[in-house]
Amino acid sequence: MQQAPHGAGSGPTQRNAEIGVAVLTLLFGLIVIYGSTLVGIGWGSDGPQAGFFPFYVGLIICGCSIINLFQGLRENPTELFSEWSQLGQVLRVLIPTAIYVALVPFFGIYVPSVILIAVFMKWLGKYGTPLTLAVALGVPAFFYITLERWFLIPLPKGPLEAWLGL
Amino acid sequence: MFENFINLYHGFHIAADPFNILLMAVGILLGVIIGVLPGLGGANGVAILLPLTFSMSPTSAIILLTCIYWGALFGGAITSVLFNIPGEPWSVATTFDGHPMARNGKAGEALTAAFTSSFVGAFVAVIMITLIAPLVAQFALQFGPAEKFAVYFLAFASFVGMSKEPPAKTIVSMMIGFALAAVGLDMVTGQLRLTFGSTELLNGFDFLIAVIGLFGIGEILLTMEEGLEFRGKAAKIDPRIVWKTWKTLPKYWATSLRSCIIGCWMGITPAGATPASFMAYGVAKRISKNGKNFGNGEIEGVIAPETAAHAAGTSAMLPMLALGVPGSPTAAVLLGGLLIWGLQPGPMLFVEQSEFVWGLIASMYLGNVVGLILVLTTVPLFASILRIPFSIIAPVILVICAIGAYTVNNNVFDVIMMLVFGVLGYVLKKTNYPLAPLVLAIVLGDSAEEAFRQSLLSSGGSLGIFFSNGLVSTIMGIGLIAGLWPVLQIVLNRFRRVAQPA
Amino acid sequence: MKHFNAFGLGAVAALGMTALSMLPASAAWEPTKPVEFIVPAGTGGGADQMARTLQGIIAKHSLMSTQLVVINKSGGAGGEGFLDVKNAKGNPHKIVITLSNLFTTPLATGIPFNWKDMTPVAMLALDEFVLWVNASEPYKTAGDYVAAIKAAPDGTFKMGGTGSKSEDQIITVAFEKAVGKKMTYIPYKGGGEVAVQLVGGHINSSVNNPIEAVSQWRGDKVRPLCVFDSKTLPYTDKILGDLSWSSVPTCVSSGVDVEYLMLRGIFMPPGVTDEQVAYFVDLFKKVRETPEWKQLMKDGAFNQTFMAGAEFKTWLEGAEATHKGLMQEAGFIAGN
Repeated sequence: MQQAPHGAGSGPTQRNAEIGVAVLTLLFGLIVIYGSTLVGIGWGSDGPQAGFFPFYVGLIICGCSIINLFQGLRENPTELFSEWSQLGQVLRVLIPTAIYVALVPFFGIYVPSVILIAVFMKWLGKYGTPLTLAVALGVPAFFYITLERWFLIPLPKGPLEAWLGL
Repeated sequence: MFENFINLYHGFHIAADPFNILLMAVGILLGVIIGVLPGLGGANGVAILLPLTFSMSPTSAIILLTCIYWGALFGGAITSVLFNIPGEPWSVATTFDGHPMARNGKAGEALTAAFTSSFVGAFVAVIMITLIAPLVAQFALQFGPAEKFAVYFLAFASFVGMSKEPPAKTIVSMMIGFALAAVGLDMVTGQLRLTFGSTELLNGFDFLIAVIGLFGIGEILLTMEEGLEFRGKAAKIDPRIVWKTWKTLPKYWATSLRSCIIGCWMGITPAGATPASFMAYGVAKRISKNGKNFGNGEIEGVIAPETAAHAAGTSAMLPMLALGVPGSPTAAVLLGGLLIWGLQPGPMLFVEQSEFVWGLIASMYLGNVVGLILVLTTVPLFASILRIPFSIIAPVILVICAIGAYTVNNNVFDVIMMLVFGVLGYVLKKTNYPLAPLVLAIVLGDSAEEAFRQSLLSSGGSLGIFFSNGLVSTIMGIGLIAGLWPVLQIVLNRFRRVAQPA
Repeated sequence: MKHFNAFGLGAVAALGMTALSMLPASAAWEPTKPVEFIVPAGTGGGADQMARTLQGIIAKHSLMSTQLVVINKSGGAGGEGFLDVKNAKGNPHKIVITLSNLFTTPLATGIPFNWKDMTPVAMLALDEFVLWVNASEPYKTAGDYVAAIKAAPDGTFKMGGTGSKSEDQIITVAFEKAVGKKMTYIPYKGGGEVAVQLVGGHINSSVNNPIEAVSQWRGDKVRPLCVFDSKTLPYTDKILGDLSWSSVPTCVSSGVDVEYLMLRGIFMPPGVTDEQVAYFVDLFKKVRETPEWKQLMKDGAFNQTFMAGAEFKTWLEGAEATHKGLMQEAGFIAGN
């Protein structure tokens, strides 16, 4: 991705971001069109078929994406979407969250939640261990009691909970 | 009508029993908790607690359950205002101005306005139920698929106005919403569509997942980008905030009244609280003289959707009792409850179980008063949550979002989708794509398409059904005017600009 | 101990034996944690109501040592719920309540599951279907209505039902065949909505379950013409004037040769042990003895047939074949 010098820092340009999003929506539109043709896009004797509306929705997405693409191309190439340092900040949340979400299917929701809160507080907040542990264990415990015990809503659980027999 | 008042008086005798008042307080508090947790909606909450009420008398049981419902209606606003995460579908429109208010350090004002408006909306709806219940029930029967489509169309047309964003982006955003709403089982043909053989996509994209991601996670990412703090941190906590806000509210009476009418109407039809809140927001934005400032923390932008959502949520009880048709998912669960207690909702309920019905209606009055007092006392408490440092509250919000996303459909895949929507929300917001049309399209897309196709089935494919009688023609007509209004405005503006060149 | 193994495929055979080799009562196994009760339909529908009533009855009479937790998994016409059970191999803390989508969903959508992928536990009851018209219509009997349909062109009369390619539409197609005229079938999301659409005059008739339309009947808004069963219903409590469920004639006796009953049954994941199945059979036998359950049966005019074990499995095989035949004829089979 090209970088443009711009005062305080550098980063991806707004122009490239706009183009990227337009291409993505265009792709999405094409997928929708393809999916619609699979179930029939015609207008049957008793009204539209299953794919009728999605098909035209897909067409409109593609059409407008192309307009957005051209408008993106005309954007000022020096304006920044965000500075790299700011994006770094975003990634500091996004990466732990992505790992968290990836862990949930395998370890349930409780253990990854403890880890997420602990990592966050230790790493980003620089809190002491006692407070970190209290919050990291307390919050999932609170949800276990309210949801599973009071409201009888089972949340995903992993090997640890199975071992504990919860 | 006079008879109704006598019945209501007897109803108050039943509802004002100390045990029932206690149940109201318990129900409201449980409801607030349920409303605060995203994903755990009023319908879920009521369904979960339903079996516990089997050993109570039907009147006590329904008082408890309806109060949970009121509590959830109140509670949905809290996370919308504080964290931009709507706890309930009908609080999405509350985030548009409620959260900016919190960011500007006015969380207390926003919460007070939201709670008070909720109360006003519900109260007006109960009065309407008291006065004209049988009449209204008859009106609801007029609504076949064509009429329902017309209502959805009107809701859409009145919300989608001119926004600051480029039109092509607004359209793409809305159409993505429609496409996502179409994923899953097509109700009319019974076919799966856009699932590409994936079993994860069977359920389609639930609107709450999208909202938790786009708004909740997206907001956290934006906050990170701007440095590690919540901008609402500076909020002063003033115990008199409730009183101060109340003094400013009466001047928005016109907005309140409009939203009450929209809400009552949408609740009866039965389109439900969510479209009502969007529609009321859209109408307020167009009519209010502060309309241009909507989205930046305008108190009217909180009043309008909250009033309408509650008016709709409350009046949705009426078709349920009088016809046995639920006006909302929560009402559907309550309906099941009625059957279990041996009461059959329907035309005879008002006659055969008049004590129960009027006890319930009286409890709506009392429950809302109790609810308002309870939630207002919590305003300073909730407003002070914003003082917790971001690096503690952010992971907790993430966990709440994940739990919320999971509980919508008990599906781990939804947690992954939530994160995808989060990143999408961040990027789209940064590239000036408006998110509200996308959300509205996911909410209404499916129902609108379903009603449209049901109409065409019954008309044998003729579009004339949308103008086949006075009711549907009127709604469609208003909808068309509302939808074309922005275009008319552009034309007028162009015309003026040509007339008087700068 | 013999077992039916007509469709004998390895894993299926094992399952069949599990289901068949049950010992009555005296189950040694007991659940050790909350049991998930999957409802393959949305909140508020017929299956959901029954599941939540069961949950309430079991909690109220302390019939189970742990809790029963109802979970709705309605995606893909219930396919999501059934797949969840199918994939929970060997998990005894999960049961699922079925409706006709047990048979119709895999056929209509191609979602890969079959009742043989799960362990059949018991049939709780069968749900009846009744032909309803608006009370202001002139038709007093099914014969009047059929005559009116025959006299009009194809597609004049509108039949409303729950869902598409589902039990309601299957009955409609069978009804059309018996009458010899096409109707216009309009699918709605829920049975309650269908009943109200009928009251509002937006459709001409419906095939609602008794419980979905009984309150409208009591209010004299709709009229039952006939019941799609081989014999009239046994419930004699007065509903409207002197009329009761038992006064509704069968459709067959009215000249419409259509019979259909919907399964309300319980299944478990594959690979569970005999004791585990026996525990739940026993549990639901106890549930059937409670006054609350009897009241529900009466309110909904259910057919109270109870089956478990081999008998149930034979019934399922028959019902599957019937559905396949009906759906093939109607052209509802997916996957081409």
